[in-house]
Amino acid sequence: MTPTATFGNAGVVEETSAIQDPEWVLPDRGRVGVLCLIATEFAIFSIFVVAYVFYMGKSLTGPTPSQVLELPIWATICLLSSSITVAIAERALKANRVRSFQIWTGATILLGLEFLRNTAVEWRHLINDFHLTITTNLFGTTFYSLVGLHASHVVIGLTLLLLTFILGFRGSMQGEGRRFELLSWYWHFVDAVWVAVFTVVYVIGR
Amino acid sequence: MAATTHIPVGLGETEAMPSKLHGWLVTVDHKRLGIMYIGTALFFFAVAGTMAALMRLQLAYPNSTFLAPEVFNRLFTMHGTSMVFLVGMPFFAGLANYLTPLMIGSRDMAFPRLNAFGYWIFLMGGILLYFSYIAGEGLAGHGTAPDVGWFAYAPLTERAFSRGTSTDYWILSIMLTGIGTTASAINVIATVISMRCKGMTLARMPLFVWLMLVVSSMVVFIMPPLTAAQIMLLLDRYLGAHFFDTQAGGSAVLWQHFFWLFGHPEVYVLMLPGFACASEIIPVFSRKPIFGRAAMIGATIAIGMVSSGVWAHHMFTIGMSTASNIYFAVASMVVGIPTGIKIFNWLGTMYGGKIRFDTPMLFCIGFLFQFLIAGLTGVMLAVAPFDWQVTDSYFVVAHFHYVLIGGLMFTLFGSLYYWFPKATGKMLNETLGKWHFWLLAIGFHLTFDTQHFAGMLGMPRRIYTYPPGRGWETLNLISSIGVIFQAAGVACLIWNIFRTLRKGEPAGNDPWDAWTLEWATTSPPPEYNFAVLPQVRSSRPLWDLKHPEDPDWRYE
Repeated sequence: MTPTATFGNAGVVEETSAIQDPEWVLPDRGRVGVLCLIATEFAIFSIFVVAYVFYMGKSLTGPTPSQVLELPIWATICLLSSSITVAIAERALKANRVRSFQIWTGATILLGLEFLRNTAVEWRHLINDFHLTITTNLFGTTFYSLVGLHASHVVIGLTLLLLTFILGFRGSMQGEGRRFELLSWYWHFVDAVWVAVFTVVYVIGR
Repeated sequence: MAATTHIPVGLGETEAMPSKLHGWLVTVDHKRLGIMYIGTALFFFAVAGTMAALMRLQLAYPNSTFLAPEVFNRLFTMHGTSMVFLVGMPFFAGLANYLTPLMIGSRDMAFPRLNAFGYWIFLMGGILLYFSYIAGEGLAGHGTAPDVGWFAYAPLTERAFSRGTSTDYWILSIMLTGIGTTASAINVIATVISMRCKGMTLARMPLFVWLMLVVSSMVVFIMPPLTAAQIMLLLDRYLGAHFFDTQAGGSAVLWQHFFWLFGHPEVYVLMLPGFACASEIIPVFSRKPIFGRAAMIGATIAIGMVSSGVWAHHMFTIGMSTASNIYFAVASMVVGIPTGIKIFNWLGTMYGGKIRFDTPMLFCIGFLFQFLIAGLTGVMLAVAPFDWQVTDSYFVVAHFHYVLIGGLMFTLFGSLYYWFPKATGKMLNETLGKWHFWLLAIGFHLTFDTQHFAGMLGMPRRIYTYPPGRGWETLNLISSIGVIFQAAGVACLIWNIFRTLRKGEPAGNDPWDAWTLEWATTSPPPEYNFAVLPQVRSSRPLWDLKHPEDPDWRYE
């Protein structure tokens, strides 16, 4: 046992030969960070969902959800399929097929935009035809906040996806599979939140 | 050694002022950011402490006219908000930033730039909060700081009752500091999980790091309820939503639930860093390893989990169902069990040890006594019928100041004396340190012991004055006199810091003969912390190095 390595600057010596585990692999810090971010976002959404459920049926005036809401099936199909396209894009990037990565990222962006377009149409319909705004009643207050919070997360996700799409043209996405994977996690999270919002707002709350 | 050839730019280097300042502004070094966090926390501590002194001056005599009522409202709001968000939280962030990488044998945090972002956004929040004294508008006109109390109960905060912008300053500044705190919490978690040096398994990790991991995990889940509720309040105030608008069917109680869902775990987020410091200091100054290490970790996790489910004990008087009252009373008392385990473990560490009564240890011993009493009044308050009697009285004020000053502030001051030599390379003066401790302890007990009795005699919180003849006069006068001693104690600390920075004794690398990795590098540590990353085999790596004939890893 000869002391072979020092650590610190104080001249203290450690016997490296005595270390038993040569394999020392810790989880990737980016993954841990993004998981924590998702956890904290999850908590924010939970509070808004709790507020929605708490105020369900407590509006003093109309309109009520059953009078005005329709199931957004097409929008849901678009958003959920975008989880699949983003996963394909991630695999393509990891396999260094940048062209294919761009095609599938582009598809993801288009699906996300179509989702947002549907939300916009729905909101215009609610505001113009039913005069339901955030000030109308508790339903309006909680509906626009919860759906709006989700939509703003879709916008953030789309912005980041668009960034990677543009960077793909410049050839800067080569070898960035790990980081794109983190972005795809965020996108999956936004989709998963939509499942909860869909269930609470359009199925249970209607 | 390689390290001696490269001289890092650190504290005390002679360097031109502009470039020195520039270095601090653009730094992403966890040690500098840690010092900046703690320096900022101390600054706001002085500001918010002065506010407390002004309030005590006003309350020293009955029917005093020293402060106007609206000024008093702003003072207690700003005092509470500052102490929680601008003193307690950054102190946690600063300690975690400075010490975590050093203790786990890493060169920096997992995300250095996120770290800098967290600090600056927090500072922005602090400045914004105080900017309200210049730009805020309220019923009283220009220059109105927030005056809705630190928990800003709805519907008082709604537009109809809080005109102008002062409440918005409270919302936005706290939201900003919340983003900063969340950023540093995520950073700490990623650092602890992903950046440990070879051999630093979770089982060998210092208790300090363990506690910081638990605190950070709590922060990730408890800041969102506050942020979400604040977003709702902003929607109410600016877009005409009705979340907390009782006239449109909204619920003021919902705000209380959301706020305390954050607010109660927050107490433990503030307190656990104090426990973390005590868990490092007490063993070193008792010359014994910590007693019941695994139980300490388990108790910490238990505190983290149980404390997240007890929030409504702040709301016994809103008229909850009996079942809810019983649940929240019992659950609150359950917190006493893991906390009791910790107190017994610290005592067990001291028992039979060769105790050195240096300043850090004095503060920790003071903490043990005072925190015990704080815990006991906490159990009293958890009994719902008792709480109905003393809620919103000075008994509650005395209780949580016992927790946050007698418990938290004492350990934080202890940690300052303990790690100051590491951060600056100079020893704080022991004599001044002992003056600091004794003056603060005497002042603390004068101020807050008496408030328990004033509360029992029915003195409500947040009143700006009171009539004579209710038996409160003497108690309040003694309480206010205590402030003089506390202020003198803090003055000793400030003088001590300035004196030491100018002409303090050099500390050496390991002045306390401690066992964790931060003492293995130089004081102050170079920017890269360790020239060669350490490898550890036990929970006291430095003991192993100093005692190769009897290392800990033989027994662990």
